[in-house]
Amino acid sequence: MSLFNVFDIAGSGMQAQTVRLNTTASNLANVDSVATTPDQAYKAKHPVFASVLNAEMTGGVKVRDIYQSDAEHLMRYEPNNPQANEDGYVFQSNVNSIEEMVNMISASRSYQNNVEIMNTSKELLTKTLSLGK
Amino acid sequence: MAISFDNAFGVQAKALELRGKRTELIASNLANADTPNYKARDIDFKAALSQAENVQKFSTASVDKTNVKHLSLGQNQEMAQGVNGKINRTEAVYETLYRNPISPSLDGNTVETHVEQAQFAENALQYQATLNFLSYRITGLMSAIKGE
Repeated sequence: MSLFNVFDIAGSGMQAQTVRLNTTASNLANVDSVATTPDQAYKAKHPVFASVLNAEMTGGVKVRDIYQSDAEHLMRYEPNNPQANEDGYVFQSNVNSIEEMVNMISASRSYQNNVEIMNTSKELLTKTLSLGK
Repeated sequence: MAISFDNAFGVQAKALELRGKRTELIASNLANADTPNYKARDIDFKAALSQAENVQKFSTASVDKTNVKHLSLGQNQEMAQGVNGKINRTEAVYETLYRNPISPSLDGNTVETHVEQAQFAENALQYQATLNFLSYRITGLMSAIKGE
């Protein structure tokens, strides 16, 4: 029964969007983290999605990888900061908070989409099961 | 008169199965709305249903013939008779087509969420319509059986 597969598909979508929402939360929480060197500084993390298709060319989605952004780290002059290097600079995270906000909205909308699909499929299945009653 | 579920429910049973399949396809489109290079798919419902109808027509339920002198059940059976006297029951196959996006995105993804949502809603309604047709058919059969 293909309607049962919809639960797996929508479930995988919700799982993937949750990972995306998690990385966004982590990025936004660390937006003001500073470090002594660019290597130590917090790097924005983003998931890479890939589809998992079966023989019938339907299927869900999975998170294939989480990559770290290689955007440049901004330096800030804070000589009193214990994290500052010998020149008095700290390296900020390379999180783009506007991008993260957009990601957050997109992820939550996609999540809601999958929830709606699950609800509708459940309704259809329930009606199918009560057929002839 | 032989009672056959295929005859009783006609095309509606096939339609329900196809609608279920289409639900699955659109659900996987929506789950992959953010996957790079994913191409949205759909089926041509009309073509798939007429194909399923043809398969149904030529594969009616029947008995095996172990001797050439055995009588066959009907004309349809003769047409579907295989070499060894058994029925060639062909599975209904349908083509999954790629959707033409109105404005494809840069990452190669052709899922347009609003289009898929509309198609999903439409498909869900038609699924329920098919369910209603089946339900009426069952009610009719029930009153015929009870004779009330």
